[in-house]
Amino acid sequence: MSTDPLPSYPLRTGRVHEACGPAAPAFAAMLAACIPGEVMWVQEGWQGEGLHPRGLNDFFDPARLLLVRVRDQNEALAVAEEALRDGSVALVVMELSRPLNLTKGRRLQLAAQAGGSTGLCLIPEGMGSNAAETRWHCTPVLDPAAAGEDSTLQHWSLIKNKSGTLGAWHVRWNKTTHHLHVVSPAGERPGSADMPG
Amino acid sequence: MWFPRLASDRVLRTCPVDGPFALTLHEGNANRLYCLNLAAERQGLSRGMSYSDARAFCPELTSRPANPVQDRAFLHALRRWATRYCPWVGIEDEDGLVMDITGSAHLVGGEAAMMADLRARLGRAGLTVRLGLADTRGAAWALAHFAEGVAPSGEPLDALRPLPVAALRLEEQVNISLQRLGLRTIGDLVRTPRPSLARRFGADLLMRLDQALGQQPESVKPLSDPPHYGVRLTLPEPIGLCDDVMAGAGRLLDRLCEKLTTQETGARVLRLTLRRVDQDCRSVDLRLARPLRDPGRILPLFARGVAEIDSGFGIDQLRLEAVEVEPLPMQQASHVVSDQKERLDDLITRIGTRIGLENIRRFLPADSHIPERSFHVAPAAASEPGGNWNGQRPRPLRIFPPEPIAGTGPQPPRNFRWRRMPLSVARSTGPERIAPEWWLEDEAWQSGLRDYWHVETRQGRRLWLFHTPQTPGWFVQGEFA
Repeated sequence: MSTDPLPSYPLRTGRVHEACGPAAPAFAAMLAACIPGEVMWVQEGWQGEGLHPRGLNDFFDPARLLLVRVRDQNEALAVAEEALRDGSVALVVMELSRPLNLTKGRRLQLAAQAGGSTGLCLIPEGMGSNAAETRWHCTPVLDPAAAGEDSTLQHWSLIKNKSGTLGAWHVRWNKTTHHLHVVSPAGERPGSADMPG
Repeated sequence: MWFPRLASDRVLRTCPVDGPFALTLHEGNANRLYCLNLAAERQGLSRGMSYSDARAFCPELTSRPANPVQDRAFLHALRRWATRYCPWVGIEDEDGLVMDITGSAHLVGGEAAMMADLRARLGRAGLTVRLGLADTRGAAWALAHFAEGVAPSGEPLDALRPLPVAALRLEEQVNISLQRLGLRTIGDLVRTPRPSLARRFGADLLMRLDQALGQQPESVKPLSDPPHYGVRLTLPEPIGLCDDVMAGAGRLLDRLCEKLTTQETGARVLRLTLRRVDQDCRSVDLRLARPLRDPGRILPLFARGVAEIDSGFGIDQLRLEAVEVEPLPMQQASHVVSDQKERLDDLITRIGTRIGLENIRRFLPADSHIPERSFHVAPAAASEPGGNWNGQRPRPLRIFPPEPIAGTGPQPPRNFRWRRMPLSVARSTGPERIAPEWWLEDEAWQSGLRDYWHVETRQGRRLWLFHTPQTPGWFVQGEFA
């Protein structure tokens, strides 16, 4: 286990990034923990899934979080653009359900550049926008070594990067020190091959 | 000054009715007459009569429901109007005004001229009024209600002597008892020895008598106007450009914020009303995330609303009003200027104008073991961040309404399907038993106790399952990171 930072992480500020996969909310929470400042989380009102603040507390203080409930994706994008352009929130997380076209993605990108804050779109798989700076695919992985409740092993693969190389890493979150640990690469993990299932 | 038919006069001002007219008020499960006009009183109707009786007496009676709140507001408006005669104007009961005209009667040309002027102006406005003028408040009340006239200065008793005892503002019970004793007029009462009156009726009767005769002081309490947070700008030529409107709003805002500063309040809701040349009005509402009185910060927040206004042929009047204000005490200037919070508040306000201020929210802790109830979601504009989120047991990152899965027995199922994914359990931790809060009705917890399990699947997903032992079943309620 090493604490070496990932090459493109924390994400470049002043840009909009994308995360997909089942662990995308955890990716956003870990990112929020790495960035000081307020976090705005934009969610469409009809979605039944909500965040649990006690669960968030393992990553960052929920007092830093502003939840924005919007009616549809257009409103979500308008709110996110306004917040990114203003720059008084450090991170804007938006949960999207439909793909963005290039114009909308580019508008977000320009707004983030103007305000200097980071945007992160949580997108359904395969719905990425061409305008995104990076795109991450995140899945939780069973950790055969750590037996306990707090295993947070995840597989992050960088599947799009405008200014760098792609890659894949196994990472683990330390809930007490609030730090991200990079674990040895996927192929060389001890026990990963001989675990059944 | 007594308005015997204030309520009906107010309604008849807007829609005059010929013939008998009455306002009805629904009280005690019956419609009763609340206020009548003169024609209705001539027909023999009276206040407090039930409406159906009145209809039987007088079939052509027109009626409307009464609105006591608006009547009260109308009386307050009259009170403000009456300050044109003298500064000390108070409100008497439900339908009267009391004015202390000492030292101000000569401004209108003496007492008689003032009363004539009052009567003429109120008559033009369609209000029935009865005036009483005397040295004391009690005597003036008696005259207004029972004799209408002027009591000679220094001798109120002369004018009061023939009036009934009810003119002393007595309680109903005392009034009836006095009638039974044969003490019908104030003159009778004055002739009766005081000690026996005090013994029989208490000090209240004598106090009222003394107040009417000027032996005990009674002051007129003027009501102070609540501070008015509205400013207006009328333009000689109509304007239509966005920048011009914003410049006008900026001028108004400077004046409004001065008012707010002197009152130590901050505006919470502002309304900018733009009157167009064609007498049509457009308004821009601005709800602020924090009470504010800094013109430099408020003005840019109007930009979005003003840009959406259709100015038509031009705007010739701007009116800015602080609809809701909150106390905002002066704060000592700090050398550590932190504008981060202010910028965030402005952002919340701007987003709030787009999607509604109540949709920007934050988590606040709540005292409950039930996972769904262990936090509140409160509007960010009405709450402060904070709270302690540390808990003994791990909680999932995401929580959703329980989704049933197949499973039996108290141990988590080895294999199950959730959201069309086949999952097999590699490790499970638990159970953590949570009992429902029986003192609160909750549909979701009707199934009784829940045993929560933290389950790690071979596929990677880490789920929060629960089993309900009382009505057997397995559900997924959350997902860990």
